[in-house]
Amino acid sequence: MFTGFLHNRRVQIGLAAFGLCAGIAIFGDLILKVYGFGPLDVDYDYVASAPLRGGHLLGTTISGQDVLSQLIAGARGSLAVGTLSALLACTIGALLGVSAGFIGGAYDTVVNAITNVFMTMPSFALTLIAAGYISAAGGPGSAGMGWVMMAFLIGIFEWPGMARYMRAQTLTLRGRDFSMATKLLGEKTWRLVLFEIMPHLLGIISARFLAAIMAGILAEAGLNFLGVSTGGVISWGTMITNAQNQGALTLGFWWWFLPPGLAIAVIGTATAMVNFGLDEVTNPKLRTGNEKVVRAFLRRQRAEARAEQRTAVTASN
Amino acid sequence: MTQPTATGRREVALDEPLRPESSLPGVTGARRRRGAGGRGAYFLRRLGSYLIVIWAAVTLNFFIPRFMPGDPAEAILRKIRQTTGEPPSASQIASVRRMYGNPTENILHQYVDYWVGVAKFDFGVSTAHYPTPVSEIVLQALPWTLFLIGVSTVVAWIIGTILGAVMGWKPGNRFDSWFAPLSTFFHAFPGFWIALVLLWIFSITLEWFPVSGGYDTSVPMSLNNFYFLLSVVYYGALPMFALIFIGFNGWLFSMRNVMVATVTEDYVLMARAKGLPEKKVLFSYAARNALLPNVTGLAMAIGGVIGGAVLIEAVFTYPGMGYLLQTSITGHDFPVMQTVLLLLTFTAIVANFIADSIYVLLDPRAADTN
Repeated sequence: MFTGFLHNRRVQIGLAAFGLCAGIAIFGDLILKVYGFGPLDVDYDYVASAPLRGGHLLGTTISGQDVLSQLIAGARGSLAVGTLSALLACTIGALLGVSAGFIGGAYDTVVNAITNVFMTMPSFALTLIAAGYISAAGGPGSAGMGWVMMAFLIGIFEWPGMARYMRAQTLTLRGRDFSMATKLLGEKTWRLVLFEIMPHLLGIISARFLAAIMAGILAEAGLNFLGVSTGGVISWGTMITNAQNQGALTLGFWWWFLPPGLAIAVIGTATAMVNFGLDEVTNPKLRTGNEKVVRAFLRRQRAEARAEQRTAVTASN
Repeated sequence: MTQPTATGRREVALDEPLRPESSLPGVTGARRRRGAGGRGAYFLRRLGSYLIVIWAAVTLNFFIPRFMPGDPAEAILRKIRQTTGEPPSASQIASVRRMYGNPTENILHQYVDYWVGVAKFDFGVSTAHYPTPVSEIVLQALPWTLFLIGVSTVVAWIIGTILGAVMGWKPGNRFDSWFAPLSTFFHAFPGFWIALVLLWIFSITLEWFPVSGGYDTSVPMSLNNFYFLLSVVYYGALPMFALIFIGFNGWLFSMRNVMVATVTEDYVLMARAKGLPEKKVLFSYAARNALLPNVTGLAMAIGGVIGGAVLIEAVFTYPGMGYLLQTSITGHDFPVMQTVLLLLTFTAIVANFIADSIYVLLDPRAADTN
């Protein structure tokens, strides 16, 4: 199943776009050195200038900082929080979901009830409140909390969706013949789960992991926007927030607040494409025909019909 | 009895949609026997699970400030001292301690006390707007958010579901293959960023809509005042549009994917074979059955919708719970913060209950499963 997943074209495009963003996040420092402007360097000659002036490809902010270099540096800030929170959410979700689906009984009932409770609660508001307490505890004038704390808070309230999904998947796998066969062979339960069930879930977990990264990036941007800061770490979220707070909207500096949103959308689209591909692999009914092939086939069919008609007409003459 | 239709085809009077469950032998009889009693029992069961969620929400609300670093209760008392310039009275200290933790008292006793406070809807006083009771501030903001969330969710759901049904009807056709990637792209934007862009285009550049607020403050605020209601619609238009725009894409995809699977079902083929008009087959046969997962999704999406609304309200400075939450967090107004969370959770539970009820009305089978 996993190889079929990688052959899907949507998945390939999605993964490529995602890889590009990850590459920018990892090699950001190198790219910035080549580009020449640091994300916090102030260029006094070009303050709040439109794109393409003075070597600033995407223009500068109101304090003269280069937007493109902030965008590159922000990739790391956003992806770091997203990845760490996704790691946490997926680990908790997979552990609870798989174990609940596999063990069943009273344990399953309890885990399911907890999952439902957390699913019903507005998790973003919950994260926000906890973040509010923590950043307030630092006292007035503190730089906010670190990005690790932020990722932790996002991840800890984001696992229920994953848990529910994994539980449903495990339930279908548990009843399959190979599970029964492994059990009859006298294998240990943990071996059955880790080596027989888990490989089947790997594709789903990895796609869900990408989706969780995306959710983490969105949550980080949202929390930033509502005033929970990560103390000086540049991310796409802080870029939007700073632009808004420093009046980019009213001043019409579109080059300042549009790029970070677009960057988030690129990652989001990549994630969605990977998930579509996964849906198509797990649910073959969703596969749509390749439009080009279908159209070529129809054209050929029409041409043949016409040719037939012509021979019929000439024959009757 | 047959009658010719506009397309020249003959429409058989057999146009009662064949529901899948009625074609299964034995199911109809069993359903008739259970009747309305099954539905009542179902609601009781659901009510039970909601009570658990309410209990969990209040309990979580009790524990969050007590587990947080740096004694929030002390911070609140300090804040009151700062704003009033004099030490808070003994009864105020007791009230704050009851809601936000008292290290000297038994935690079980505190917990019972806390429930008493919640039952009386007494959440103490706001520290930022001292000494206004929190319940007063929060209840003023609640209707705005309910209005925003309610209308936008329903409209987004309807638009998304209808478009999704049309897209899934013929997967891979031109509409589907153009609109699906476009919609994916729009769905990937952060909601508040879309709101910012809308604000920039329509309020700041074009000046068609107001930049902030929920109503015209120069008009007397009364539900009987037509101009007030008009201003509510006018001020709410842009936030509403933003929420609908953010919301409908999700419904579109879930509907499309179920629809793609449904159109290959035998009863859809049957309806087509009968020569029914395409529109009728699409909406009364295929879409009607594909609808159910979207109704379940409605219940699960409410939490996310609330999160989105919080951000949108902050962008448009809309006088609802989200904006209140933002100002209370930046102002470290813990009592307001805590109460907003509790009420948002209650809102989510009520919305869940409504979605569940619709589901049972649409699909009586749901009440039967144990």
